[in-house]
Amino acid sequence: MTAVELKNVNKQFPGMSYKALDNVSVTIEEGEFITILGSSGCGKTTLIKTINRLYEPDSGDIFLYGKNIRDTNPVELRRSIGYVIQQIGLFPHMTVRDNIATIPKLLKWDKAKTDEQVDRLLSLVQLDPAEFRNRYPSQLSGGQQQRIGLARALIADPKVMLLDEPFGAIDAINREKLQNELKKIHAESHKTYLFVTHDIREAFKLGTKIIIMNQGKILQYATAQEIICKPADRFVKELIQTTTDVSKDYVSGGEGI
Amino acid sequence: MLRSYKVNAALFFLFLYREESVVMDVFFEYFEAHGQDYIGLLLGHIRISLLSVLIALLIGTGIGILVYKHPIARAVSERAFGILRIIPSLAVLIILIPIMGTGVKPSVVALVILAVPPILINTVQAFQGLPQSMIEAATGMGMSPLQTFFKVKLPLAFPLMYAGIRTAAIEVIASATLASYIGAGGLGDLIFTGLALLRYHLLIIGGGSVAILSLLTGFVLDRIFRRMTRYQRA
Ligand SMILES: Nc1ncnc2c1ncn2[C@@H]1O[C@H](COP(=O)(O)OP(=O)(O)O)[C@@H](O)[C@H]1O
Ligand SMILES: [Mg+2]
Repeated sequence: MTAVELKNVNKQFPGMSYKALDNVSVTIEEGEFITILGSSGCGKTTLIKTINRLYEPDSGDIFLYGKNIRDTNPVELRRSIGYVIQQIGLFPHMTVRDNIATIPKLLKWDKAKTDEQVDRLLSLVQLDPAEFRNRYPSQLSGGQQQRIGLARALIADPKVMLLDEPFGAIDAINREKLQNELKKIHAESHKTYLFVTHDIREAFKLGTKIIIMNQGKILQYATAQEIICKPADRFVKELIQTTTDVSKDYVSGGEGI
Repeated sequence: MLRSYKVNAALFFLFLYREESVVMDVFFEYFEAHGQDYIGLLLGHIRISLLSVLIALLIGTGIGILVYKHPIARAVSERAFGILRIIPSLAVLIILIPIMGTGVKPSVVALVILAVPPILINTVQAFQGLPQSMIEAATGMGMSPLQTFFKVKLPLAFPLMYAGIRTAAIEVIASATLASYIGAGGLGDLIFTGLALLRYHLLIIGGGSVAILSLLTGFVLDRIFRRMTRYQRA
């Protein structure tokens, strides 16, 4: 089943020499873990934000489970999509519990269910509920904050998750750990993930398929193996050559994923 | 050796309290004879101040929130209140007499003019400085504009807005003294009477009460602030 589909989506911001999204078309099947890879400014965040209507495209259509998102109330749409923003964006005046309970409160869950789910999510992102639920964001490390951001997006069990460089602010060791956890969470959930990163290793490690972008265009949308073996153009070829370990893993038929 | 101010203050009060102290007697006499009047003046002072700050709060935050996104509207409103504020309050009172007569109303107008600018300016700055990422997170998770405003924008803007309100409140309490000049009551009555009759103890009681009221208000407002922003020090 198709979860997300973009058809000829264009978006240009005033004063830019290239389009942030240049005739982007892509079909994403349910249950995939799509990583979106590209250098800074290539339109990754813009792509994500058109899906939850934080940005409206200039032209083109986006479908969520077959339904044009323009026909859904944006507020309703956003409540049904998990969103981890690039800047983490935890609310400093709310405790961890209240941050994670943001969407439950909007959906008017009762308190018992909310508390239970908050604790479940905290455990899921490997933070001890008793220790963390009453803390404020200022009392958390960068990595812990990103875990809370993830928990907050996951709590209502959305069918589609948009993750914008969710591990950007974390050191290599914790990043590795979080990647593994997220992969496990995804594997057990059968939900559709769109995960933005500019880290090639991360994109290849996590993605069941990878979207490679440059200057608003999708250069290639394929599995890791396909990209290594048949890079779509010179840009992709050079990109994967910069990270030799990535290609080694796949060319030697290794179990990179 | 220098004595601490606490020791000095204690000695001063001891001096005042000596049984045969004539200095102290006039104060006792005043409070014995005019205790009720004093309470009335104090409450009147508080009432005028509170009323003025509340009206200024509505006007200042209201306009601030309406204009902060629009540079021209912002400049115009800030400039307008800035200019109004330069006019000395006493002059405002006198200008207002032919229009509004004497009493509480013109006094409140003069005090509101004084109190709006700090509230307005701080509100504008508070809302302009809101982290975009926080607003985007709120919107992106499905908060409506109204929910984003009350659950995220307002709480995050609160500390800076509050600082403006505090400044305004202290200033209003001090300036409300002037309201007595046009018959609005308040602790200023004591000061003006004391000046007219050269009764220094009335000056001291009036001036001292205003000072203590200001300090106390500042203290209480600070306690409330600490309570409401505990997350910042968590
Ligand atoms: N709200 C905006 N206003 C103007 N330009 C924007 C806005 N958002 C993004 N852009 C521009 O669009 C391009 C793509 O941005 P973005 O999607 O954020 O890139 P990425 O996430 O890949 O780093 C960049 O050149 C950026 O400056
Ligand atoms: Mg980005």
